Amino acid sequence: MTKIKTPRARRARKAGRRHPLASVALIAIGLLFTGGAYAAFSTSTAIATTDASSQQTIAQGEKLFAANCATCHGLSAQGSSEGPSLIGVGAASVDFQVGTGRMPMQMQGPQAQKKPVQFTAEQTAALAAYVASLAPGPAIPAAELLDSAGDSANGAELFRINCAMCHNVAGAGGALTEGKFAPAIENVSAQHIYEAMITGPQNMPVFNDMNISPEDKRDIITYLKYVEDNPSPGGLALGSLGPVAEGLFIWIFGLGAIVALTVWITAKSN
Amino acid sequence: MTTITTRESTEDQAVGVKKSGGFTASAANYIDERTSISGAVKELGRKIFPDHWSFLLGEVALYSFVIILLSGSFLTFFFQASMAEVVYDGSYAPLKGIPMSAAMSSTMDISFDIRGGLLMRQVHHWAALLFVAAIGLHMLRIYFTGAFRKPRELNWVIGFVLFILAMAEGFTGYSLPDDLLSGNGLRIIDGLIKGIPVVGTWVSFLLFGGEFPGTDIVGRLYSLHILLLPAIIVALIAMHLLFVVVHKHTQYPAAGHTNQNVVGYPVLPVYAAKAGGFFFIVFGVVMLIASFFTINPIWNYGPYDPSPVSAGTQPDWYIGFADGAMRLIPTGWEFVWLNHTYSLNILVVLIVVGLFIVTVMIYPFIEAWITGDKREHHVLDRPRNAPTRTAIGAAGVTFYASLWAAASSDIMATHFHLTMEGVIHTLQATTLLGPFLAFFIAKRVCLALQKKDREIVLHGYESGRIVRLPGGEFVEVHQPVDEYERWKLVSYSDFKPLMLRPNAQGKIGATEKVRAGLSRWFFEDRITPVTQPELDHAHGDHPAEITDK
Repeated sequence: MTKIKTPRARRARKAGRRHPLASVALIAIGLLFTGGAYAAFSTSTAIATTDASSQQTIAQGEKLFAANCATCHGLSAQGSSEGPSLIGVGAASVDFQVGTGRMPMQMQGPQAQKKPVQFTAEQTAALAAYVASLAPGPAIPAAELLDSAGDSANGAELFRINCAMCHNVAGAGGALTEGKFAPAIENVSAQHIYEAMITGPQNMPVFNDMNISPEDKRDIITYLKYVEDNPSPGGLALGSLGPVAEGLFIWIFGLGAIVALTVWITAKSN
Repeated sequence: MTTITTRESTEDQAVGVKKSGGFTASAANYIDERTSISGAVKELGRKIFPDHWSFLLGEVALYSFVIILLSGSFLTFFFQASMAEVVYDGSYAPLKGIPMSAAMSSTMDISFDIRGGLLMRQVHHWAALLFVAAIGLHMLRIYFTGAFRKPRELNWVIGFVLFILAMAEGFTGYSLPDDLLSGNGLRIIDGLIKGIPVVGTWVSFLLFGGEFPGTDIVGRLYSLHILLLPAIIVALIAMHLLFVVVHKHTQYPAAGHTNQNVVGYPVLPVYAAKAGGFFFIVFGVVMLIASFFTINPIWNYGPYDPSPVSAGTQPDWYIGFADGAMRLIPTGWEFVWLNHTYSLNILVVLIVVGLFIVTVMIYPFIEAWITGDKREHHVLDRPRNAPTRTAIGAAGVTFYASLWAAASSDIMATHFHLTMEGVIHTLQATTLLGPFLAFFIAKRVCLALQKKDREIVLHGYESGRIVRLPGGEFVEVHQPVDEYERWKLVSYSDFKPLMLRPNAQGKIGATEKVRAGLSRWFFEDRITPVTQPELDHAHGDHPAEITDK
């Protein structure tokens, strides 16, 4: 928009400052400069945050950590009776826990619950950079592993073998002991799924690269995204919970409808 | 059409056979002369059926069965009951190139590559769930209204065997696609069988043709599923219906309903039309459900492989109570004796569930033995008028429901944010204590309702109208119950506990003592129906009459 207006504004300037479009042109130029400057500024910050080793980012992360996390994890992330040590958990762990809203934790319980995210992407990245600077650990996965363009059949098989016993074959989630549970994997970003596999958050085991290779992890994500993006060919999936949901449905809605119809059929006409 | 009819009738007249009524009449006559069917039509067409919604539940089961037969026949055209290994190459991307059995692969093809296949699969499966559910509700109606009493005890047994066979049909069908869910189900059955001492392992090897899962089981289950079990079910349904015709239908107590009559509509034309139309309604409901709701998405489960088990693996609802029973057994219930492990966690389930099933099946005979009632009953009991039976039923339902709920313990834990252990312990408690509580509450509710009925018969309804008498006294005017309603309230069978009587040798046996004790327990706090003298007394100067039962 602004680019189209600019040449016209120049022409208008040639005609004189008192031209009716002069003020419009002035505003347009002003917006162009401010917008451009702002864009340049935010790009430079984006570059800065992705550069995890930047000393400035680490320092920012350290401040955020001291203000929000140190109560439980200790001032130098060494852990306390309230929370585990974060030395060596890596950037991936922080990105998962903070990026899904699980940390900072709302309350102690069987496991940290998902909730609205508390930090901006920039702050999360700073925290991740700080924790990653403490000791080597799993890094945030590269974008080419998260494109959901792998082999979904291989991913489905690996998912059934390694994940379905807790998360259910369709990723609908499942129960664990003592109030713990494996959450549903719908609407979880590819990056977070990958990070969960390499860091093993809450009660989940770690699936390292020796166990499931990065390509296989990409295939698993491909399968999960396939299930998420393609609605069940049979109609509404009833939560993909299996026969319990189906049984409840037939008793309440199926037989309920039938009984209502029997009452209708045998009602005396007046 | 008309011209042909006219010509035929003229030809008939020409050969001297006198006829009227056109084509229908002559066609009917043609059939009758060769089959003598008019006798049956006359008999059945005039048969009277009472009209009540709960009398249609058995019909729902029958119609679901017809839907299952129709959709199942379609599925047999495409299903391959073979465990030969093939590589899937159909339309569903996340299974492409995966080795699986021909059974699974053909079920995938039915679901994705055969026109209407998925709809038929879903119709078949939803109708199966509805079939067993309708049988269950039908049985509850029969039980709580006492419709199983003489002369219908045998029909109760036939119906119950049908229920068991329906579950067997369901389970064999559930296992056919050879997907992960059905394989896990079979693995549990295999474990159950192997838990039986001495013979378990042998029986398992016999069934699966070697070590589980083998390559035989799908073919064997298929023979049972489409040949043997349906044949037995069809034969038993025929007997079941024949008995309904022979015994005539029961009816609810109401004015003019007695053990000697049946009040209702004749089969032809009204009832036949209604029942025929109802088939299409049931079919329509099943079709709608199958069109809009997924059932058993085998594409999610993938082919069976003994290593993975999915979270939320459960059987279809009707097997749920057995699955739940196993989940409720505390851990560590097994012992080793003579170098063999005895799995009480399995044996206790088999024994308890087996006893429960047998008790329900022979309940009519147990009750008849306790009550000593040898009369024929064609008028149903209102549940409140048989408090002990209703209470036993409530206890049984609570027991079954607890086991049933236990099959979804994990789903309850995740969806209501509970701990798995908490859910299991709660259900253990409701399984053991719930039936006693349900028995007590149901019995007290029945007795209270009976007392209320007595009160209404004797004193009528409270009208809320207060009248001040000339002497200053206030009385509430009661509105007497009309005689139609009174019939319903007073016409139920009266019982007394059995008297202990010595036998021919002048002795009272232990069995007789037990029987008398049970009978006392059954009837001890009964409320007797209102008698004529009581009614006369209550009404004083304006006598009301109890009509003969």
